[in-house]
Amino acid sequence: MSGFSVTEPSRGQKWIAGILVVTYALVTLLPLLWIIATGFKSPSDAIAYPPKAVFEPTLEGYVNLFTTRTRQTPDYLAENPPETWYDEIVRKYDMVVVGPSRYGERFLNSIIIGFGSTFLSVFLGTLAAYAFSRYKVPLKDDLLFFILSTRMMPPIAVAIPIFLMFRSLGLSDTHAGMILLYTAVNLSLAVWLLKGFIDEIPREYEEAALIDGYTRFQAFYKVVLPQAATGIASTAIFCLIFAWNEYAFAVLLTSGTAQTAPPFIPTIIGVGGQDWPAVAAGATLFLLPVMVFTILLRKHLLRGITFGAVRK
Amino acid sequence: MAEIVIKNLRKEFGSFTAVQSSSFKIEDGEFFMLLGPSGCGKTTTLRMIAGLELPTSGEIYIDGQEVGQKPASQRDIAFVFQMFALYPHMNVRKNISYPLVSQGMPKAQVKEKVAEVARILGIEDILNSSVSGLSGGDRQRVALGRAIVRDPKCFLMDEPLGALDAEFREHMAEELRALHDRMGATTVYVTHDQLEAMQMGDKIVVMNHGVIEQFGAPQDIYDKPATMFVADFIGSPPMNFLRFHESLDVGATTAHLHGEAVEIPALREAFDGDMVYGIRPEHIRLDDAAGYRGEVIATEYLGTTQIVTLSTSNGEVKARISSDQIAKVGDKVGLSFNGTTATLFDNQSGRAIRSALNEGVLSHG
Ligand SMILES: Nc1ncnc2c1ncn2[C@@H]1O[C@H](COP(=O)(O)OP(=O)(O)OP(=O)(O)O)[C@@H](O)[C@H]1O
Ligand SMILES: [Mg+2]
Repeated sequence: MSGFSVTEPSRGQKWIAGILVVTYALVTLLPLLWIIATGFKSPSDAIAYPPKAVFEPTLEGYVNLFTTRTRQTPDYLAENPPETWYDEIVRKYDMVVVGPSRYGERFLNSIIIGFGSTFLSVFLGTLAAYAFSRYKVPLKDDLLFFILSTRMMPPIAVAIPIFLMFRSLGLSDTHAGMILLYTAVNLSLAVWLLKGFIDEIPREYEEAALIDGYTRFQAFYKVVLPQAATGIASTAIFCLIFAWNEYAFAVLLTSGTAQTAPPFIPTIIGVGGQDWPAVAAGATLFLLPVMVFTILLRKHLLRGITFGAVRK
Repeated sequence: MAEIVIKNLRKEFGSFTAVQSSSFKIEDGEFFMLLGPSGCGKTTTLRMIAGLELPTSGEIYIDGQEVGQKPASQRDIAFVFQMFALYPHMNVRKNISYPLVSQGMPKAQVKEKVAEVARILGIEDILNSSVSGLSGGDRQRVALGRAIVRDPKCFLMDEPLGALDAEFREHMAEELRALHDRMGATTVYVTHDQLEAMQMGDKIVVMNHGVIEQFGAPQDIYDKPATMFVADFIGSPPMNFLRFHESLDVGATTAHLHGEAVEIPALREAFDGDMVYGIRPEHIRLDDAAGYRGEVIATEYLGTTQIVTLSTSNGEVKARISSDQIAKVGDKVGLSFNGTTATLFDNQSGRAIRSALNEGVLSHG
């Protein structure tokens, strides 16, 4: 390439763009790196001042995250040598591992509730969006506005009524209750996002399928769904991110059986002093599922974001 | 293959009537054109035949069977959409075989059928490509392939050439007509292009504002228009309209335009009042001896012929004459009309007045 070009950026422009992107990435990734690093520090390294960039990595944080421990007398410790590698780690502090912590359960709850409500939101959202997009629905505009209006206030504004409702319906601290709640919150977003995507799919595709001898449902399933994959993927990611990170309702409505990871992680601090490495380890693991999910759907997501722009 | 009969078909969208009350008959094996300006209800009519839209009232018979309220999937017809509507997530082969798969045809047989259709359409080399990269012509062929692979009772096509550029349209139009002649399948073809309709169709229905204006062979529609709308919509330039007032009896063979007697086909009905003398441009000659006079105000050279625009006491008139004949702007010339080809219209309603020329066409129209 030589000379001036309208579309091709110059060398200098490329450099500037590169520096900006790297700087921005560093700024946003730094807290993340901090959390990940802290998870591998010893408690004293974690609170050292000035902060340590170089340290000796240890799995203490992760061991503390997944176990419950008790302090023991020197006699007991001498009589019972450590049986496992993680027991050995906690011996430093005159402790022994007595059992697993609740983190595993809470994490599993997060997965069940997060993915469950995401599935339900996207499933119901797709059907509703298809109906709104293709059928004559009485009061369609009003219904769509009503659905959108459920997003107009912060959900937490109705925390008290929901709390009371859940209590009298026996939904407090249940998986079903949390899945329902997150689905209710996400559904409006799902319907609106998906309606946009389905509106973009020409009706002729379904009509061609109808004429080719397929039923309405087969046409929806075999022609519309594959075309809406992009929209479904992006919607699913948005729904999962909300349900996964939701904190306020989780604190309010769950305490045991159905407690998700977000309200649980801060409680780790209380176990024997300020155990920042364990908190950081919990947060690090907590990031993974959404990250993996997003990476898996990345191809669709990118296309989804540019969808409206590319089509005419 | 099938015969299609439409009886009093009507479609309302809320308070708007898209199709008033259509009746016509499509013979087995015919290439049938639905012609009319934008918004006149062509697509709506076609979609009702296909079962994509349910009629408000009226009947549709395919092969003698009333299908008006049946779903599309039970009518055994094929539809070619204007934008082709190829399934973008499938390759060419899958697109073409899709209708067969829905019938549960065995795989080997599907493969054979698709290969045969691909050979007919000359698209064997692109069978495994994705449809998104195809040219307009190839998309068109794939869409046709998807339609013919199933041996349906009839083909319905909604402006199938509308998405192609002008040059390619003509080529595809020929290809389509040749394909039809080879397969002999009943075809209903929607277009707003009168030339396309004249060239390709065995029969034409001309629609306007949801009303059928005329129904017949292209030649009849061109030569013996039933209404002023048809006369004006078909032909380029359209038929000339010269308005006059007179009282004519049954059997009259002359009318008077501004005092000059002009020949007309013998009238079969009497008429008294405002009329229109309709004459095609090619039936006007420039003739110095003729009594009816006009002044040349423009000429348009078209190769072997030229279009001469003249100003007369009955308004502007266009004549198509040989390019050899000299006509200069400003020339005052005489016009002679080939009166046996003329159609008289009732100026108020626009309908043609019955005469020796058109009575056969009008009575069954
Ligand atoms: N689903 C619908 N709801 C309301 N009005 C409709 C609907 N479909 C068509 N119409 C109206 O019916 C009339 C006829 O439409 P139609 O599509 O049949 O016209 P057309 O002859 O095919 O025109 P074009 O050449 O533009 O395709 C138009 O005025 C259109 O706006
Ligand atoms: Mg149309």
